[in-house]
Amino acid sequence: MTVTPPSETLAGYSFAYLDEQTKRMIRRALLKAVAIPGYQVPFASREMPLPYGWGTGGIQVTAAVIGRDDVLKVIDQGSDDTTNAVSIRKFFARTAGVRTTDRTTEATVIQTRHRVPETKLQAGQIMVYQVPIPEPLRWLEARETETRKMHALADYGGMYVKLYEDIAHAGRITTAYDYPVMVNHRYLMRPSPIPRFDNPKLDRSPALQLFGAGREKRIYALPPYTPVKSLDFADHPFSIERWDERCAICGAGDSFLDEIVTDDRGGRRFVCSDTDYCSGRVAAGHRA
Amino acid sequence: MSRIAALPLLEVEGLTKRFGARIALRDVSFELWPGEVLAIVGESGSGKTTLLNAIAGRVAPDAGRVLYRALDGAVADLVTLSEAERRRLLRTDLGLVHQNPRDGLRLAVSAGANIGERLMAAGARHYGAIRARALDWLARVEIDPARIDDMPATFSGGMQQRLQIARNLVSDPRVVLMDEPTGGLDVSVQARLLDLLRDLVAEIGVAVVLVTHDLGVARLLAHRLLVMQQGRVIESGLTDQVLDDPQHAYTQLLVSSVLQL
Repeated sequence: MTVTPPSETLAGYSFAYLDEQTKRMIRRALLKAVAIPGYQVPFASREMPLPYGWGTGGIQVTAAVIGRDDVLKVIDQGSDDTTNAVSIRKFFARTAGVRTTDRTTEATVIQTRHRVPETKLQAGQIMVYQVPIPEPLRWLEARETETRKMHALADYGGMYVKLYEDIAHAGRITTAYDYPVMVNHRYLMRPSPIPRFDNPKLDRSPALQLFGAGREKRIYALPPYTPVKSLDFADHPFSIERWDERCAICGAGDSFLDEIVTDDRGGRRFVCSDTDYCSGRVAAGHRA
Repeated sequence: MSRIAALPLLEVEGLTKRFGARIALRDVSFELWPGEVLAIVGESGSGKTTLLNAIAGRVAPDAGRVLYRALDGAVADLVTLSEAERRRLLRTDLGLVHQNPRDGLRLAVSAGANIGERLMAAGARHYGAIRARALDWLARVEIDPARIDDMPATFSGGMQQRLQIARNLVSDPRVVLMDEPTGGLDVSVQARLLDLLRDLVAEIGVAVVLVTHDLGVARLLAHRLLVMQQGRVIESGLTDQVLDDPQHAYTQLLVSSVLQL
């Protein structure tokens, strides 16, 4: 049994911390976001009991969609055991009394920062992404009034200037994370700072994917099976990262690997960034 | 003029613009024909730049029309055109060269990306093809193609201005609006830029509306001249005719004020 039953919940708080009016407001924004895939819906982001940049947007989205029967998984850089993941998971265990898990397959709601799980997501699951900067055109244009107009007119040519610059200076597209995507052939979207390795997982995913930016007060969404295409050039097609190594623990050759420096003499090894995927493979008898 | 055409490219009719109590444009009308260079001269504050901005859709006029005849013969009023259509025209059929190249260039990206931007905005998605066009245009505006990956901020003022011109001409526009393109450059650089502009205009047959307060520039480049004063067109005609035999008192003053060396 890997699902942890709830510990005692805090008295005097609303379910999942936020008051009911706030959750309704966020749900209204979420409904609009699902109706217009990739469109950034403004919402009245609240102060949360953790700083901006630590996942306030994701937490508010999770609080608005989670129910008593849900099972929550929280990952940060693919790991369930990092500070941010542990504290957000505990936060909901105590304020909502929901069960929590490390297992991708057992979770109904997965809040994430920087990764999409290696295990294929299923219909009925909800992914919640923490988003620092939602606006893909921000580097190009500082004015929000102008970027909104550019989205309205699908005026996205300038975005290719950035990719052109990558190739001109490095010979290839060097954007490695938060790689811009076109959603449903219409809206340009930042997928949050996931590695571009994870971009193909967004495309036509059976799970509902929700994105929350707390500081920037924006919510956007990918309904299940939405087409998501990474921008590229005809002669420089989109590609994902590849490694010569395999995971030093489970021997996986198909997962995103973290490079770990093991000593001061240049020793290093590569292990799966997704800890649940790695331990699942070890339990199934795979070894490096 | 290199081409004879039966219909004007641009018809400006009764353009009027007020800024509060001040009137920047009073009932300005003119026509621009294919391949023609039309200079608008006048002192500072006479409404030249407002006129250019009104044509480019950067300033909404209070009255009047700006009719543009597209290649397929369809006529659109740039004043009432939808924002989406206007933006499309502004990066395909029309060009705008600013007085200060820093207003017209993207300084944070390379020269090649500056030239390629319009192509990419129009849907070009082949890096090699975009780069080939950029290299070609750098050569045509006399910038060393080896500098394609350099930032425009490292360019001299004259090079920046030539880069801005290349960035506009790459999409084969039919009308280019230029606001004092030689302003802020020293005379020898100005002369080179004027030579280049004259060659390019003759070569690709683009029509130009050129705003300048420099009658020498107008004399060199323009086929026709409009003289503006206090938001009004007070005299118009062939360049040589207006400059050699000015009729209006203000034009006479303007022409006689030019320093003779």
